[in-house]
Amino acid sequence: MNIHEYQAKAILREFGVPVPDGHVCYNGASAREWAKRLGDGPWVVKAQIHAGGRGKGGGVKLARSADEVRNTAREMLGMTLRTHQTGPEGKVVTRVLVENGCNIERELYLSLLVDRGTSRVTVMASTEGGMDIEQVAAETPENIFKEAVDPLLGLTSFQCRNLALSLGLSGKLTAKAVGLLQGLYSTFVSCDCSLLEINPLVVTAQGELLCLDAKFGFDDNAVFRHPRLGDMRDYDEEDPNEVEASQHDLSYVSLTGNIGCLVNGAGLAMATMDIIKHSGGDPANFLDVGGGATIERVTEAFKIILSDRNVKGILVNIFGGIMKCDVIATGVIEAARQVSLKVPLVVRLEGTNVAKGKQLLAESGLNIVAAEGMADAAKKIVQAVAAC
Amino acid sequence: MSILIDRNTRVITQGLGATGLFHAQGAREYGTQMVGGVTPGKGGGAIDGFPLFDTVREAVEKTGATASVIYVPPPFAADAIIEAVDAGIGLVCCITEGIPVLDMVKVKEFMRGKTTRLVGPNCPGVITPGECKIGIMPGYIHKPGKIGVVSRSGTLTYEAVWQLTCVGLGQSTCVGIGGDPVNGTSHLDVLRMFEEDPDTEAVIMIGEIGGSSEEEGAYFVRDYMTKPVAAYIAGVTAPPGKRMGHAGAIISGGKGTAAEKVAVLRECGISVAASPAEMAAALLKVYKPDGLRIAV
Repeated sequence: MNIHEYQAKAILREFGVPVPDGHVCYNGASAREWAKRLGDGPWVVKAQIHAGGRGKGGGVKLARSADEVRNTAREMLGMTLRTHQTGPEGKVVTRVLVENGCNIERELYLSLLVDRGTSRVTVMASTEGGMDIEQVAAETPENIFKEAVDPLLGLTSFQCRNLALSLGLSGKLTAKAVGLLQGLYSTFVSCDCSLLEINPLVVTAQGELLCLDAKFGFDDNAVFRHPRLGDMRDYDEEDPNEVEASQHDLSYVSLTGNIGCLVNGAGLAMATMDIIKHSGGDPANFLDVGGGATIERVTEAFKIILSDRNVKGILVNIFGGIMKCDVIATGVIEAARQVSLKVPLVVRLEGTNVAKGKQLLAESGLNIVAAEGMADAAKKIVQAVAAC
Repeated sequence: MSILIDRNTRVITQGLGATGLFHAQGAREYGTQMVGGVTPGKGGGAIDGFPLFDTVREAVEKTGATASVIYVPPPFAADAIIEAVDAGIGLVCCITEGIPVLDMVKVKEFMRGKTTRLVGPNCPGVITPGECKIGIMPGYIHKPGKIGVVSRSGTLTYEAVWQLTCVGLGQSTCVGIGGDPVNGTSHLDVLRMFEEDPDTEAVIMIGEIGGSSEEEGAYFVRDYMTKPVAAYIAGVTAPPGKRMGHAGAIISGGKGTAAEKVAVLRECGISVAASPAEMAAALLKVYKPDGLRIAV
């Protein structure tokens, strides 16, 4: 899961990591009030949406008076912000962060992530602050510096000094960088982050280090031990179908095509999307019903798939191992009846009790097309949708 | 023959709750030597013929177990792995899905220099058809034979195994390495074991988006492997930045796309199936059951 910038900065502040003073505001009047309380300006007004690239889309603006803060906040609140990460539909801004501006001398980049190759947390630093790190990695990889952290030792001072030196920080800034980096590492570990990115980290004209932007990703597997993170979740920022699915323990990702998929197992679910594409169709979603495909779960899955208006047909692909095919067939039939299914439905069943499962589908009186194998299933659903 | 497990493997179950018990019974019916379970607080008792122990160490001493399978819930699973490693057991299969990544980072560090092999977490387990089944896969779709299978996915592995069985090709051992970003055993580790196993003649490697385990495996195939390898990579249609079910199945920073992986695999001489329906067919392009390799 992700959180907003103002929430990220509040967490960093708790861990002693320097961030600009600021406050989240939901209307113009409070933005003006907070600006006056924060200082004498200038201030920065920042739209709070989960996507990056806000600056280019007009979601980050400088204001030189408290009235200007109010006016800017009013303009931003309610606007639909489109950036390269939001997609063409954009995101509606419902809150802004008002914070003190600063005089920037240099812009740097820092991030922490779990490196799969070394199975360790890795700190990445770059002199190219404010830039997309993937672009830096592609164009000037020599400007990226890394330290892998021993989980038993934590991020050591010498590793922090190495990074500081690589970034060209010297004198008092070195010690400040050590404190800041260790604060970031503590934050990362204490909050079970999957990603913590500071871009940019700035050196101010006053010789301070400051995290001007912060992006957190959290390990979904560890959210259970951080109950307050649940409170920070902003459901408006997420796909409503994905939220609904997660509440039923279904793993669902919406895509742009028109063939809904209902599959057991993540790998098989991805493979099902792929074979639809391979057969000339376009998948509408990824959906893994998991091992216990009960009637209730299959029904919920159908409802979620069908709430996507683009869906013109559904492919069910089940490899029943522990789950028996007759049980799954009963679930599919029941679910199809409950949602009074109108779009074509192709079902491919394989595995335990497959004959019984197929018989149930055939005798159901429902318009269900049975398929033999994945290739046949994909072909049949693509044809059925094309004929609509 | 086989890798990792065979008819002599003696298995204990860590976490004999409803799920653990169900699969322990299934494994026993398959013929696996399921010699007991570890449930702290219930040592000295028994459940459905499985003697229970308080600790892994005690279970190993009393039963001579050589492998452990873990069904412990995610918050406690890392500790269960560490306990098994500390007891010096040879093989640990962790089925549990949803272990925090930073827990696994610590587990990996703890395992450095130790002899235990961890398979998983978040995996279906390991099976040597006709001899030993550790995990949750349906036994009957398998058939003893000469093809090694290694995969990050559960049901997609069943799909591959079923295709093989349907064309008459049995399997030496099938290993599910799991869908998590930090895990115990990589594609490369398993490919190396299959290369050294005299009774494995060819391999199917199944991968998916995210990370670079498949690429590392492919370079091993190119540089060291004498046996034919076929592969399938899931997730050609997966959008970037979205976790596709498995914690490790995510394209991040433009890295780990299926297209990228397929290209590397092909360059390394692996027969890559264009569709998941063609996994066995892709293998038959480079492997004739008499063991002869055919040029791609």
